[in-house]
Amino acid sequence: MSPSEQSVPTPPAKAVPSLPVDADRQAFFEPWQAKAFALTVSLNQAGLFAWNEWTEVFAAALATTDAPMAGAWTEASARAYYLCWLEALERLIARHGMADAATLKTVAEAWKRAAEATPHGAPIRYEAHLPESGGPGRP
Amino acid sequence: MSHDHDHDHGAGSHLDDMTARVMALETVLAEKGLIDPAALDAIIDTYETKVGPRNGARVVARAWIDPAFAEWLARDGTAAIGSMGYTGRQGEHLHAVFNTDEVHHLVVCTLCSCYPWSVLGLPPVWYKSHAYRARAVSDPRGILAEFGLHLPKSTKLRVWDSTSEMRYLVVPRRPEGAEGWDMEALVPLVTRNSMIGTELALSPAALKAPPP
Repeated sequence: MSPSEQSVPTPPAKAVPSLPVDADRQAFFEPWQAKAFALTVSLNQAGLFAWNEWTEVFAAALATTDAPMAGAWTEASARAYYLCWLEALERLIARHGMADAATLKTVAEAWKRAAEATPHGAPIRYEAHLPESGGPGRP
Repeated sequence: MSHDHDHDHGAGSHLDDMTARVMALETVLAEKGLIDPAALDAIIDTYETKVGPRNGARVVARAWIDPAFAEWLARDGTAAIGSMGYTGRQGEHLHAVFNTDEVHHLVVCTLCSCYPWSVLGLPPVWYKSHAYRARAVSDPRGILAEFGLHLPKSTKLRVWDSTSEMRYLVVPRRPEGAEGWDMEALVPLVTRNSMIGTELALSPAALKAPPP
């Protein structure tokens, strides 16, 4: 737990961008980012994985994709950051047998079809992707 | 992952990939009873609006006026902060580091964005940026300069790297001019950034100044 002093070796020189010190008002740029965050917190609170396991997987995901986040914190870097978050979450969910990748992909595609079948302005209903004969009135 | 973009955008709505993936997670996990969709909004609301740096500011203000509490906070941050009702959601330990004339503390998470949510809310976006994560260790004085903080050369800088098990709260020095103030009066002087170490606590004069 000893702190690193200022004399820590400097990493290889590269262009160092300025910090987005003013852009600190916005936690999430898009709703899916907030939802991914909340899903992670919720599963952790329910005891489905430990937080240190989460940070391990998330840090590994971040380590592979620093490039889009090298500059100032923007909508694009937030997207890259939460995309790592989402990938880490999916990985952890698969690892613990909560849902496999194939199922998640199928359901995600179903949501997209449901959205496309829904007129603008109307709430998207997941069931909307089902075939006509799949409704509750089926004989 | 395949991207089918051959559909007609005419009447329907388009879901981007990320939104669809998150909705899929929510659907599948809710069907299995592993999450409660209604609870997700509460979590977002809690961390976006309810849990904020004010919790940490109360810890700091109390440490300023209560030497016994300050001593406890220095010795066992988790217990002292927990006694005020702020408990880490992830079971992490909280360690308070006190700024003095000789040493200034700065907190970072070099690997991701570990942060003491229970006392500071969600991290500011700059805390999550690659620039901050990389440079807080290699160039802390440069980082502080970008926040407008220029410390005397004689002040030693210590950088604390947060982990999933250990989070840090900087206790900034009590500003001059606030002698005799009670805890509630002191709380607004304690900014979020001062508890990460990128700023000092506000002076009473700065507090009275109109916001920029």
